[in-house]
Order: sequence, then C-alpha cells, then structure tokens
Amino acid sequence: MTWTGWAEIAFTLGLSAAAGLPLGLYLARIWQGGATWLDPILGPLERGLYALAGIDPKAQQGWSAYAISILALNAVGFFLLYAVLRLQGLAPFNPLHLGGMHPALAFNTAVSFVTNTNWQAYSGETTLSNVSQMFGLTVQNFLSAATGIAIAAALARAFAAHRGDTLGNAFVDVTRATLYLLLPVSLVFALVLVALGVPQTLAMRVDAATLEGAKQALAIGPVASQEIIKQLGTNGGGFFNANSAHPFENPNAWTNLIEEVAMNALSFGCVVAFGVVSLARREARVLLGVMLALVAAAAAAIYAAETAPTPALASPAAQAAHVLAGPNMEGKEVRFGASSSAVWTAMTTGASDGGVNAMIESFTPLGGGVALFMIKLGEILPGGVGSGLFGMVVMAVLAVFIAGLMVGRTPEYLGKKIEAREVKFAVLATLILPAALLGFAAVAAVLPAALKSVSAHGPHGLTEILYAYSSAVGNNGSAFAGLNADTPWWDTTLAIAMAIGRFGYIVPVLAMAGALAAKPRLEPTAGALPTDGAQFASLLIGVILILGGLQYFPALALGPGVEHFQMQHLIGR
Amino acid sequence: MTLLRPALVLVLALAAITGLAYPLAVTGLAQIALPDQANGSLIRDAAGQVVGSRLIGQAFSRDGYLHPRGSAAGQAGYDATASSGTNLGPMDPRLIARVAKDATALARSQALESAQGSGTASIAPDAVEWSGSGLDPDVSPANAAAQAPRIAAARRLPLATVTEVIAAHTEGPALGFLGQPRVNVLAVNLALDALHPPGASPERRS
Amino acid sequence: MSSTRVPAEAPVHAPPVLGGGGQGVIGRALGDSVAKMDPRRLSRNPVILATWVTAALASLSLIDAAITRQPTAFALQIALWLWATVLFANFAESVAEGRGKAAADALRAARVDTLANLVGEDGQVTATPAHQLSVGQIVHVAAGEVIPADGEIVEGVASVNEAAITGESAPVIRESGGDRSAVTGGTTVVSDWIKVRVTASAGSSFLDRMIAMVEGADRRKTPNEMALGVLLAGLTLVFLIVVATLVGLGRNAGVRLDPLVLGALFVCLIPTTIGGLIAAIGIAGMDRLLKFNVLATSGRAVEAAGDVDTLLLDKTGTITFGNRMAVEVISAPALPDSLALNAALMASMADETPEGRSIVALAREQGLSGALPSDARPIPFSAATRLSGLDAGAMRWRKGAVEAVLAQLGLARGALSPDLDRAVDRIARAGGTPLAVSENDRLVGVVHLKDVVKPGVKERFADLRRMGVRTVMITGDNPVTAAAIASEAGVDTFLAEAKPEDKLAMIREEQARGRLVAMCGDGANDAPALAQADVGVAMQTGTQAAREAGNMVDLDSDPTKVIEIIEVGKQLLITRGALTTFSIANDVAKYFAIIPAIFVVSLPALSALNVMRLHSPQSAILSAVIFNALIIVALIPLALRGVRYRPIGAQALLSRNLLIYGLGGLVAPFVGIKIVDLVVSTLGLV
Repeated sequence: MTWTGWAEIAFTLGLSAAAGLPLGLYLARIWQGGATWLDPILGPLERGLYALAGIDPKAQQGWSAYAISILALNAVGFFLLYAVLRLQGLAPFNPLHLGGMHPALAFNTAVSFVTNTNWQAYSGETTLSNVSQMFGLTVQNFLSAATGIAIAAALARAFAAHRGDTLGNAFVDVTRATLYLLLPVSLVFALVLVALGVPQTLAMRVDAATLEGAKQALAIGPVASQEIIKQLGTNGGGFFNANSAHPFENPNAWTNLIEEVAMNALSFGCVVAFGVVSLARREARVLLGVMLALVAAAAAAIYAAETAPTPALASPAAQAAHVLAGPNMEGKEVRFGASSSAVWTAMTTGASDGGVNAMIESFTPLGGGVALFMIKLGEILPGGVGSGLFGMVVMAVLAVFIAGLMVGRTPEYLGKKIEAREVKFAVLATLILPAALLGFAAVAAVLPAALKSVSAHGPHGLTEILYAYSSAVGNNGSAFAGLNADTPWWDTTLAIAMAIGRFGYIVPVLAMAGALAAKPRLEPTAGALPTDGAQFASLLIGVILILGGLQYFPALALGPGVEHFQMQHLIGR
Repeated sequence: MTLLRPALVLVLALAAITGLAYPLAVTGLAQIALPDQANGSLIRDAAGQVVGSRLIGQAFSRDGYLHPRGSAAGQAGYDATASSGTNLGPMDPRLIARVAKDATALARSQALESAQGSGTASIAPDAVEWSGSGLDPDVSPANAAAQAPRIAAARRLPLATVTEVIAAHTEGPALGFLGQPRVNVLAVNLALDALHPPGASPERRS
Repeated sequence: MSSTRVPAEAPVHAPPVLGGGGQGVIGRALGDSVAKMDPRRLSRNPVILATWVTAALASLSLIDAAITRQPTAFALQIALWLWATVLFANFAESVAEGRGKAAADALRAARVDTLANLVGEDGQVTATPAHQLSVGQIVHVAAGEVIPADGEIVEGVASVNEAAITGESAPVIRESGGDRSAVTGGTTVVSDWIKVRVTASAGSSFLDRMIAMVEGADRRKTPNEMALGVLLAGLTLVFLIVVATLVGLGRNAGVRLDPLVLGALFVCLIPTTIGGLIAAIGIAGMDRLLKFNVLATSGRAVEAAGDVDTLLLDKTGTITFGNRMAVEVISAPALPDSLALNAALMASMADETPEGRSIVALAREQGLSGALPSDARPIPFSAATRLSGLDAGAMRWRKGAVEAVLAQLGLARGALSPDLDRAVDRIARAGGTPLAVSENDRLVGVVHLKDVVKPGVKERFADLRRMGVRTVMITGDNPVTAAAIASEAGVDTFLAEAKPEDKLAMIREEQARGRLVAMCGDGANDAPALAQADVGVAMQTGTQAAREAGNMVDLDSDPTKVIEIIEVGKQLLITRGALTTFSIANDVAKYFAIIPAIFVVSLPALSALNVMRLHSPQSAILSAVIFNALIIVALIPLALRGVRYRPIGAQALLSRNLLIYGLGGLVAPFVGIKIVDLVVSTLGLV
C-alpha cells in the first residue's frame, strides 16, 4: 500500500461523487420536464417519437400502469435483442461470418442486457458481429439504464406527492432519460475515449506481423461508443471478453478514471435528482454520504487485501527466488496495479456495473469476498443508475421504521408515514434477492450438471457459484470468470435469477411508490426522527450491514471465509 | 392492448437512435478527427506493414527483447482475438506451482546475468503473475530493470544503454498518483531494434 | 380468552381498581400459556408458529433417534428448549392478559343484576330485571339503589358513588341537564333520587365494554403492530431461506447437516424475542393506561396517542386553575395603599365567588383583618349593574368591571387617572382582569385578577414540544388575554374566543395537514370534536354523548391526563422498537456460536470464528438455543413495564436506545451464550 494508491482511491471516489452533482441537477430538470439547452435539437425529436408511438406525454400513470408500461418496454427490448442475437448470421456487416447464438445463450444474453446485468457467458470478440454489438447490446445499454432512471423518477415523485395517485409517464421518463442525458453524455465522452486511445471503427480485425515474426490478429470494432454507455449506464458488458482490463477498452489511467467516474456518477446523480424532486436535499445528501462511505470502505479493504502476501508469492520457492510478496498481480494489469483495480472493483460491485479492470476470481479471499459482499448488499452503494437509489430508499424505509419505533412515533420518511403497506413492499423487495440468490446457489452447489462448470475446488469453487448468482440477482454482471457459464443449466438459471432480481424488485418498489404517493406529505415536526444527519447515516449503515450480514453470513463463511482462514494458515499467519 | 404500440414503436425508434445513429456518428467523427486512435493505435514498420498496436501486448521470447508478462489469451498467449485472464484463485495449486516454477527459473537466469554485473534483484510480482486481459502491453519498471542485464548481454550493449531505453519508454502514473508506472514492452523493443537491428544478434533462447 | 373463573386474590374495589395485579396472575398465566400451545391460536404470530413447527419436527427427530437407538440426550434437550421457547412466549402474553383479567373480574363483580324500577308512560312503576331494560326506557333510582343501566338523568339530582368504576370512593353529584347528567350502570345512588333514561341495553353498557376492553377480548392488531408483524414475518422467511439453503451449501463443503441442528439454528435466528413479547407489549400498554385510570376503547387509540402531533387543551381547568385570583391591588394616586386594599376587602366580604374569596385572602395576606360590620348589607352581583359590594352604615363599597364602576360613579372612561389607566392597560395586556374598586363616590383602586397557570404545566409543555407535540390552548377569552396566558403557560399557540365549532374546525384543519390531534372534553358540545380527534379523551364525569364520542375515558376526569396518555403511547412504540432491535442484533452472536459449531469438523479453518471459545459444537448449539429461550423470560418484566421513556428529543432518545438495545443486543448474547455454555459444559449436559 502506498500513499499514491490511497490518493488514487480517494480522488476517484471524490470525483465520481462530485460529478454526480451537476448530473443530478440536470437530471432533476429532465424528470420535471423542465427546459434544457438541448431542447432546440432534441425537442422536435422527442415530440416526433411520441407522435410516432401514439404516446400522450401529458398522460399520467398510476403505479400499476407505470409498472406495466416499464414491463412492456423491457419485454419488447428483450425480444428485439433475442432476435438480433439469434439472427446475427443473416445480418449484414459480418465479415467474420459469425453465426447466431444458440437459443440458451441468446436467452441468457438478452435477459442479461435487458436487466442491466450484462453477465456475459460468451466472449465478445469471437461471438458477436459489430451489428450485434451496436444494434443489439448498445441499445439495451441505453434502455436498461433509462428504465432504472425512470423508476427512480417515479419514486421521487411519490415522495413529493401530497395525496397523489400518479407517478408520471413511464414512456416519457424512459425517452427523456435516453435522449437528454445518456445520449449526449455518451456522445461527448465516447469521443474523449477515442482521443485517449479507445478504437472506434467498423472493422473487426487488423492483422499484424509481430517483431518476432509471428502473426497477431487484433480484434477491434466500435469500442468507444459502447464502452462509455456500458459504464455510464452501470451495464458493464464488455466489448471484449476481458472487459475493461482489455487495453482497447481501457488503455490507460485516464480512460480508467473516466470509466470509473462514469460508472458511479450517474448513480450518485440519481440520488441528487431524487433530493431535488422529492424536496429532500438534505436527506439525499445522507443517502449519498452512506453510499460513498461504504464504497470507500470496500475500496480500502480490497486495496489492503490485494497488497497483502498471497500463497503464490509467499510460497517458500517464490521467497527463495526473492519474489516480492505483494501486491497480488495475478489477473491485474500493470498500468492499473492494486490501487486502480481495488477502487474499480469496489465501485463496479457497489454499482451493479459489473465491468472489471482486473479478474476478481484471482483476488485474495478477502478482496474477492468484499466484492461479493458488496453485490450481496443489494447493489445500492451507489448501485445501478436509478436502481441504486430506489434500493437505498427501500433500506432507508426499513431503517426509519425500526428507528421510528425506537423514538415512539409511527415512522416517517421524507414526510411520508411508513406503515404496514410500505413495510410490506420493502420487505418483499428485500426478500426476493436472498430467496433467488441462495435458492439457486444451494441447488447448483450439489447439482452435478452445474458443478461441471465450476473451475476451482473447495471453498473457492463455492464462491464461484455464489458469485455467479449474486451477480445475476444483483444485476451486476461481473464474475468469478473461471466458471464455464455457457451450459443449459447456467444459461437458464442465471437468466431467471437476473429477471427476478430486476423485475421482482422493481414491481414492489413501484407498488411502494404508489402507496407513498397516496399519503399526505407531512410537515416535519420536532418529534420525528431527523433523517438528514450523521445519526441517521450511521443507523442506515448499520441496517445495511446487519441485514446483509445476517442474510449471507453462512454463505460468506463457507466461501471466502473458509478460503481466507485456510490461506492464513497456509502462509503461516 | 393500448401499450403495445407505444412500447414497440418506442423501443424500435430508440434502438435506431442509440444502436445505429449514435455509434455511426461516433465512428464517423472519430475516423475524421482521430484516425490513429480510432483504428487501434497501430504501429507500422518502414514498409507500412502493421507490426502491432501500441496498446496490445505481443509475445516476445528472445533474450534480446524485453519480455512481456505471462498471458492466458488464447492457447499460446497474446491472442488478441481471445482476451482472457487465468482466473486461477489465490489458493489454486496450479497458480502456486506455476509461480514457484517461473520464479525459480527467473531467479536462476538473473543470477547468471548478475554474475556479469548487477546484484541479485528481487522479482516483481508482475514478472511471475499473469495479466487480467492476457494482452497487457506493459511490465513494471522493476520487472524491466531485472531484464535489462539479459537484454544488454544478448545485444552486446552496455547495460546503461538498455536502461536508458527502458527509462525513455517508462510512463509514470497520471497526475503522479493515478495508475502505476509502466514500461511499454513493444515500444522498448522497437527502440532497441532501432538502436541495434534485430537481424544482427538476438538469438532465440532455448 | 374466555375466563369465568374468579381468582380469590383478585383485588376488588381497591383504588385504583384497574390495572391491579397479584400473585394469582402468575399462576393463571402458567395455565394459560400451556393452553395457548394449540397451534391454531398461534397462527396470529408467525414467528412463534414457526418455532412451534420446528419444535414439533425436533420432537419427531427425537422419537426417530430413540427408535433407531441413537444417542438422544442432545436431541432431547434441543427439543425441550424449543418447546420452552414457545411456552415462554405464551407465558409473556398470558401474564400481560392476566393483569387485565384480574381487573375485569373486579368489574364483573359490580355488574349485579338488580331489579330496576321501570317508570311506565303512565307514571306507573314496575319492578323489572335490569337485563330486560331497553334503550329509551325511564327508570327511577332512589338512595341506596344501584343504577341498573347506563343512562342520562332526565330528572333530579343525586350523589352517586362510582367507586365500582373509578375506584374513587367519594360520591359525585349527578344532575339532569348540563354536562354532569350521565350515569353508569353498576354505580350506586347515595342520596336523593333520580330518573334515568336508559341509553345502553344490557351487554353493551359502559361496564360491559370496559370488561371486554380490559380482558382484551376483541384485541385487534394495531396498524403499527401489523407493520412490525410484516417485518418479523419477512425476517422469518429470510432465515427459513438461509437455513434451508445451508443444506446445499454445506453439502458442497462436504458437510451433511443434521436437521435438528438446522432447526435449532433457524429458531435462534428468527426474531423469537420480539415475536414472543409483541403481544405482551401491546397489552401492557393498555394496562399502563389503566393504571392511570384511563380506559382506551382500542389499542389503536393508545398507539395513536404516541403519534399525536397536536394537543388541544381547554384553558380553564387544564392549563389554569379555572378561577381567576387576585394578585395585587393598585391604589389610585395620592391615596394610601391600605385604603384601596381595605375597600377591595370590604367590597368582597360578602362575595362567595372564588374571585371574591381570593380578594379577601389577598387582603388578609397583606395584614388586613377587617371584620364584617354588624350592619353590613351585601349587594349581590346583578347583571344590570355588573357590580357587587357591601353597604355598611354610610359606607358603600363596590367592585366590578372598570366601565361598570365608572358608569356607576357617573364618570367617563377618560376620567380615570393616568396612573390607573396605565395599570388597567397593563393588567389587560398581561391577560388579567382589572376590577375597579370604589368607596362611596370615588374610585380608589384597581384589583388585578389573574388566571393562575397551574404549577409545572410549562415544563410539561416543554417536554411535549421536545417530543414533537404542539400544544394549542383553547379559550373563550379575548385574544389579548389569551396571548398572555398562552405565553405564561408556554403553549405553542392558542385559539381565542373559541366556540365549540371552532374546535372542530381546528381539528379538521390540523388533520388535513396530516397531523394527529388529541383533545379532551366533557360537554355535550364537545362530542363532535371528541369524535373527530384521533385521540379523544372523555371525562368520566362528562355527558354520555362525550363518553360515546371519545376513544378514551378518563375515570379521574383530569384533563391534564392526556399528557400521560401520550407518554404511554410513545412508550408502547419505543418498547416494541427497542426489543425488535435487540432481537435482530442478537443474531450476530448466535451465528458466531452456531456456524463454526456446525462446520468445524469438516472445515477446521472455521474454528477461527468460534470467538467465544465455546466448549464443544454441541454445547455451542445448545447454549444458543437455551439463551434464545431464556432471554424471552428475562425480558418479560421490561415488556410489561415498558422501556423507560424520557422527553429528551428524538435524536437523543434514538442514540440512547440504539446504545442500550442495539449495541447491548450485539454484545449481551456473546456474554450470555458463553455463560450458558460454561453451565452446560460444567453440568455435563452434552
């Protein structure tokens, strides 16, 4: 560990949160239908889209209509992507003559990108044509992010409402988030990435003759345009198999910084926008602070773990050869080292992004365990775009419920009384994640068909399984990549887990939003628990950690826990 | 169903915008304004033949070249159409055995070279542990420095010259603290070749 | 919850009659808690039901072990302690209910079926059994007789002993018309006679409702209890998933888990502590109200009391003593001080109103001892002159409103000397009432009559403010007077010149802003407001209409009681929250006890998690189960007494409770399980 490493971690996290502020203020205006300086260009396009689709942008939807609209958009998105992946062989611009994906893989991949997971059971450079990358995956990178942002908007409006019965218009929210926010930001930063070395071409291969006389084919393509939205939308699905560890996706420290900031800034921005729209800026600041504090703690823990001695480097033979005992560089890139990899990993697992700039499977048990725990905490630190915000609000509702009881009042959050109905939906949402995650993992842990795909033995193999389902249910998409995930069992169950983790969470959240909107918005009184201070922040952290810890203590103990203690034993500490 | 038309039309229209118009616009602008980067930061030799990308590592095994890190990309490593890490866990016996074997071999060759000059250097982790992409274009300065005596010997160059070449292609962290210092292997080897054409001496190592 | 047995020790008619408890309660509770083992009765409580099912499965596995001749000592102990967990939870509920039942028995004793003197339309009196009376009939009750049913006095005045209900043995006056016309069946007329129109038929009388309430016969879950129930059920499900999936994860790690051990883990993890105590906490909250002699018609009302945002208080009798009192006498300029004081004294000598008596008292306090002259002729207050006073010999003393005295003296308002004018102004601005005093033909001074704020009221209101309750004073006074008293009493705001309908309008307005409103009242014209308020406390002495409209009845008829009611409501919620936090925090230690114990044989690396250094895997599991069961019993007193409530503000309260019940909940089981483990291993139980 070096001071520059710590400085990098602090700077990266600070910048990502700082970038969230202007993005959030701008997003709030988008949510509220306010004027932006892009109106002259995008206004006609937006109105044209509504006219074409027969959408009345002024029509307001109740929670169920909103939910159904979101599900309809996602269903159409799924079928479109499934068709693109299956029919790749028939599509043009396919110089390598890549065939369509087989049904199970196409199903898995389509669900994966629609749910903002971007789990990849295939290797991009050998499986997908540029048309599939652009018209298939990039589209869903935009739409799944816009879906999350839309639901955050609906929740913000629910808190702002006073005996309201509508949450906005799902079609409008998705369209505006895409056109006014994701598209222009992506356009600008895609070009910045190109300037910094990320390729953007319609070619797919370049042949090189190396200095030693060998042939090297370089996979290439429209990388930059996909890279930026992959990060900005917390999607995480790489153009290449190695994801952002690949030098074409992430060639240097500057692109690394941009991609890191992009993957958290908008999630923070959603919190800021939520604060503006729900008239609760101070409370939003607390949520943001909690997210930042926990992701910083995770980054620090991973950094410490990855610079500690590992069995390979500390083995007697390696020590006899004078190998430095750390940092752990297996699966890491030299240009990033332990600190860039640690902060990226904390951010990507905290944010449900899932893009990686180092291979998490090769992390130490604690480093990989922290990454796994971050995903298991529900992808709220700061979580996916929009989804992190609403996940955090669900946590805040639970925290405020318990805390409210302890001060002797029916709990209130942001002026809304938290009663049986809200608690029911919040509990339902939080229940669905461990049920799907642990349920599938427990079956896979004993099923021979599933175990065939596991690359490691003992606790590390179990962690591989746990990580896969955590990643799917949390809509993260990163992996202990040794797992051979393209088998019927894994393709199917992971796709189901992703769908449950996404829509099984969204629907209760929207139902909760509907219930909250219908309540009067109360003025704060002195007897209510303040939810805008350090006290509530620490309470929220406690609830997040204890709830997560209680759900996953046994699983974490059997996976990373056992491996860690075994490792400590092995290297004699 | 009143939702079908909005959902269908909206998704298709947004797909056209985000999946065609947007990436093609970026491609067009990038190809016009930033053709070098947009096409992969390729390096060509005097004849115009592409010898590789500045950003993508390639295999080097001759003693006269700076050696890259171990690679799990493709069967033989450094297959730039099959990026991959090893995905071996820290407790994986295969990893522990591989590192032990490579470290021992490295130490032995370094000891050989140190007999001719510099003292025994410790081995940097990146010299025995493999990269995440399998295409890492860089090695750490410590890794490069440890290889310098071997390169100097193979090319019959003064050690200081090799060290200078390495230093010239060493990049520090951005802003002094973002990322790690690194030595671009292909750039060093191109510079070495320019200094001392490859045909002249570097022999294949057995 | 049926109980017709009458415990011998049940206190009867011992004030306070309600909320009493006794040794018999424990015995009865033990019996009840066994009866409650019926799983159908546990269906309301998913946590305890889950424990019951686990205990049953453990028993089956015990039988299986016995049949297959495997060691049974461990299985037997686990099964017994799981059953004990259910039993302890039932016991907690029964103890809480038992207290109410004892009180109900006492009340039931008052419900004797008397013969009523039914007055027919023709005036004929016929003896009719009380239970045959119907609403609208008139009965005649004479001294010594028990009032046969709830009703409204239509004729007569009587003193009534209401000890059967209030525990207060001093008789109270009940008369027709006005706000003291309601009588309660089961109370006794001590003197005189009354005619009563029956307002409640047998079985739905006030007494009957009280008995039902106290027994908790129709106790329904309150909204907050339901919300907490959802959370607890959710946690139970989460832990069911955690434990069930541990089978697969464990097998992957090479461990075949014993179902018995999994069951033990499950019960330890689910929130049995709060699940076992939640019913007791609710009942105990009602019980604490009963101790204050307040009767709530539902648990919902008690809970709402904790949530109250705005408290409406009548000025008179609640904030002030109800009577204005003389606090000073200001002399007209150039006259000796004693002259005005003496004039005031003489003018009040024959005045038996509280104001008059207070002037006499003030004069005596200041050393005057003037006696009533022998030829004194009292001049009583008349509406025409708005003056009262005394004539003796040639002397005439008068006192009254300043304008009235000036008018009597034939003077204009402006005739008041500047000094006195200023004094009159000052008194009015301070919320007092200036009384002018005249002797013969001159105005000699001004008496300052003041509404005296009850001692301690200001502090109570400050406490309430810290807990987020706004106090609103309702008064018929003019705004100037009202403002002065409001500031002296420290209420947040006031409603001056208030008419009954203003009160209702104010409640509606507050509620429209989402606030919960509490008030108390007794008059018939308070009934709409009492019904509208979220917490309406009717005075037992009030009208039947008021008693019907409110959702609480204060048997002591003390309007300040509403403050205690709010505190009880808060305490109820706090107790629930604190024990929930405690229960959840406990799980951390249980994991550290059980997880290493289950896996340590196959995965010795996990012994690092055995931070408590428990004796053996079996003792670790058993100790966690025993701790889990005993903690319920240990916390019953706390559940019944309630977590200590302090009006220190929400943040301080949360910090305090988080420290005690959150941090305490994390730490306590580490210590507790270790101690149990020492005992278990020392005794060689496993």
